[in-house]
Amino acid sequence: MAQLIIPTPLRKYSNEASTFNTEAFTIEQAIEELITEYPDIKPHLMDANDKIRGYIKIFVGEDDIRALDGDQTELKADSVVSIVPAIAGGSVSIPTWIGERSRYISVVANN
Amino acid sequence: MKLIIQPSAEETMKQHAIKDFPDECCGFLYGKESDEARIIETAVPVENKKEGDKKRRFEISGIDYMRAEQHALKNKIDLLGVYHSHPQHPAIASEHDLKQAMPFFSYVILSVMDKKIDDIKSWKLNEENTEFIEETIIYH
Repeated sequence: MAQLIIPTPLRKYSNEASTFNTEAFTIEQAIEELITEYPDIKPHLMDANDKIRGYIKIFVGEDDIRALDGDQTELKADSVVSIVPAIAGGSVSIPTWIGERSRYISVVANN
Repeated sequence: MKLIIQPSAEETMKQHAIKDFPDECCGFLYGKESDEARIIETAVPVENKKEGDKKRRFEISGIDYMRAEQHALKNKIDLLGVYHSHPQHPAIASEHDLKQAMPFFSYVILSVMDKKIDDIKSWKLNEENTEFIEETIIYH
C-alpha cells in the first residue's frame, strides 16, 4: 500500500492526519482518493481545471513526477509519495523592485 | 498564540543570517505546539536554492522540503515554519513573502544591517490566508 505524506501546512484540512495510505495505481488516482477523504484539501492542491497547482510538487521517493510520467506515474506497494509546497520569499516585493528600477532608469535618463 | 524561541535555535538563525550576508539565508524550524504556545526548539539551515538574486530572494528546494517533513515524522517533532533573512531590509514580511506563504507555518524573518542582527519578527497567515499577522516572540 503506497503512502502519501501530507505536508504540515495542509494538515488542518486533513483532520491533522500526516499520512494517507492508498492502493491507487497512479498519482492521479491517489490524489483523487485523498481529496475524496479530505475535500477541504482540494483547493490547496488543485487549480480550477483540476490540475495540480503550479506551486505544488509531487515526489515519488526522491523523484519529481515531472521527470517521470506526471500524474500518470505508477505507484508500487512500497511507494512513498510526498506533496511538497513551494517555500520561497524575499525582502523586496516585485512591484516595489520594478518601481525602484523605473525610478533609477528615470534618473539616468534625465542626466 | 505566543512563539517561544529557545536559545540554541535563536543562535543558529542569527549565525546563519550573518554568515550568508549579504545574501538571504533560509532554514527550517522544528519544535512542538500546545494550545497556549508554539515552541521552536531547533533551527536547521538549508541552502538558498534561488537562482539569480539571492540578496533579495530565497527558495527552498523541493527535495530539501521533502526531507524536512520526513525528518519531522521520523523524530516525532513538528515542522513549525521556516526562517529567512532580510539583508539591509527590515524584518517586515514583504508582498512577495505573502504571495508564497503557506497556512500554519511561522515565518521568522531576521533583519541584518551591515552584518549585524538588527531585528527578528515572526509572521503567520490569518485564518483566511489573506494577510500576515505578527506573532509575539518570547525568548526562553
